Amino acid sequence: MKKERLHKSPHYINPYLGGVLLGLLVVLTVYITGRGLGASGAVKSAVVTTADVISPAVAKENPYYNRFISDDHSPMYNWLVFESLGIFFGGLLSGIIFGRVKKFSVEHSPKVTSKTRLIVALLGGMLFGIGSQFGRGCTSGAALSGSATFSLGGVIVMLLIFGTGYAIAWMFKKLWI
Amino acid sequence: MGPLIPNGVITGEWSFVIAILIGIAFGFILEASGFSSSRNIVGVFYGYNFVVLRVFFTAVIVAMTGLLYFDYFGWIDLDKIFILPTYLAPMIIGSVIMGFGFILGGFCPGTSYTAIAIGKLDGLVFTIGLFIGIFLFSEAFPLFEDFYYSGFIGNVTLTDVTGIPAAWFAFAFTVIALASFWITMIIEKKVRKNIKEYKF
Repeated sequence: MKKERLHKSPHYINPYLGGVLLGLLVVLTVYITGRGLGASGAVKSAVVTTADVISPAVAKENPYYNRFISDDHSPMYNWLVFESLGIFFGGLLSGIIFGRVKKFSVEHSPKVTSKTRLIVALLGGMLFGIGSQFGRGCTSGAALSGSATFSLGGVIVMLLIFGTGYAIAWMFKKLWI
Repeated sequence: MGPLIPNGVITGEWSFVIAILIGIAFGFILEASGFSSSRNIVGVFYGYNFVVLRVFFTAVIVAMTGLLYFDYFGWIDLDKIFILPTYLAPMIIGSVIMGFGFILGGFCPGTSYTAIAIGKLDGLVFTIGLFIGIFLFSEAFPLFEDFYYSGFIGNVTLTDVTGIPAAWFAFAFTVIALASFWITMIIEKKVRKNIKEYKF
């Protein structure tokens, strides 16, 4: 029993080592680019591009899309889009090295079905997408990089994302444990 | 003298090559730390796995301290770096919405990309959700445009607002982080004893 669990347990790196590496990466990124890491910005670029391709005239009239549309180049020609592609490949690389790349699977608590998990994940993604626009960034851009550069807004986002999580966790306990 | 790209030391296409390399390092660290698994991530809210807190807080204190040292040694001009602007009310509301998204989705955007990379369908669906959410936000934007721009304080740092030097915030944050590492270690041990549904 014990042996089987050991065999199955994934090999993660020490979290403090992960944190030090991530912190150094933020410093390096700010040193090179003058700003921190990000993630939700790439999906925003994809949304703007989609709207712009489907109906350029309508997209230009929308005051939100219009902020990110330029005549010189596609909204996909954006630093965060390339960085987010890198996130995918970096995750894949780590997954291959540590033997975690598998056929498609859904991770969920034994108390809920895969279907429930997927519906809730979709809803969670939608909320995170909406929230990140009001928050001027997500956990990477606002909470991590914002706080690391001592931004007031960054610290507010960090405290409130996690604070809200703790405040409401009891309501969704069944989804996870 | 940093920052390199804003100062014109690195130009043009190179910035995209660097973007991919930085992204690869970012994704690698996230996945290797266990953030490609939603159940690892939400453990921070239920006390059975504090890996998120450990990685996140360590990263923040290392980055804060690191940037202050880079500034001290004259390697980077902190006046030239981007400071995330503060829009008080929209950022408060946005963060609360993200908190709900976090508990329901089990990922944040960056971690969901790494989850897709190792074949997690819940990560893929979460990312599709992000796309739909941002699309709905953009389409409805004219309805709450005024709110979106409300409460603007500026691209301000904690020091701008309080007058307290950044180093003091870095120090305070480090003390809080170290205390939380110790406290959560104790909580985690207790909670894990009573949970059978989750394999560690």
